[in-house]
Amino acid sequence: MQRTYEVMFIVRPDILDEDLDKLIAGLEANITQGGGSIKSLEKLGRRKLAYTVKKFNDGNYVLLTILADGSLVGEIERRLRVSEPVIKFISVRMDEEEKRVAKIKAIRATRKKLSAQPAAPAPAAVEPAAATEAASA
Amino acid sequence: MADETSTPSAPPSRPEGSGPGSSGPGGRPPGARPSGPGGGGRKFFRRKKVCKFCVEKIDAIHYRDVRLLQQFVAERGKIVPRRLTGVCTTHQRGLARAIKQARNIALLPFAARY
Repeated sequence: MQRTYEVMFIVRPDILDEDLDKLIAGLEANITQGGGSIKSLEKLGRRKLAYTVKKFNDGNYVLLTILADGSLVGEIERRLRVSEPVIKFISVRMDEEEKRVAKIKAIRATRKKLSAQPAAPAPAAVEPAAATEAASA
Repeated sequence: MADETSTPSAPPSRPEGSGPGSSGPGGRPPGARPSGPGGGGRKFFRRKKVCKFCVEKIDAIHYRDVRLLQQFVAERGKIVPRRLTGVCTTHQRGLARAIKQARNIALLPFAARY
């Protein structure tokens, strides 16, 4: 069962750009080999951490949105845990949330339609009144 | 007015029976009985709190959205209770989850240092 996950991880700030790219490329290879696919990859850049992690006060944030099995996510987490430059990571399942948001949006869209529909008959209802007004005038 | 029945709590409970009497204990705190009759009416008007997420139609509360989450975190890093912010139950639940996720990835502090 393929689901959407968001994996965010922090790489230590003193890493070189090439090494970071190499690390990400390695992860990508892992994901594609494991039967998953990458939806988007975003390097959020250097940011100050809210608290000290492994004696670092800032870190390179990387956000990865993937489509994968649960077992593959477990494997990725294991790799992140093992890889030395990664100081912190979090993986969040997004599909449930996306589904919920889509549902809300759909409901909102139908509501808009409903509000648009009475607007059409409303002028018809107003018209007779206007006609009587015109007649009285 | 000076009978035994006029206990301190009696004047606010009586609608209009004690006209001059109610002006006597008019210095009662406004928060004690906001809907009390007579006196000066309500001393201050509290604006009705509304859920920011319902009003602005923010569907997904995402842990990456630090700017948004920070509005619901106190100075020391605590999650601000619903009774102070006015957020509805559903959104407070999502908000708490998002804040906790953000804490986990060091976007928000667990406890702010001084």
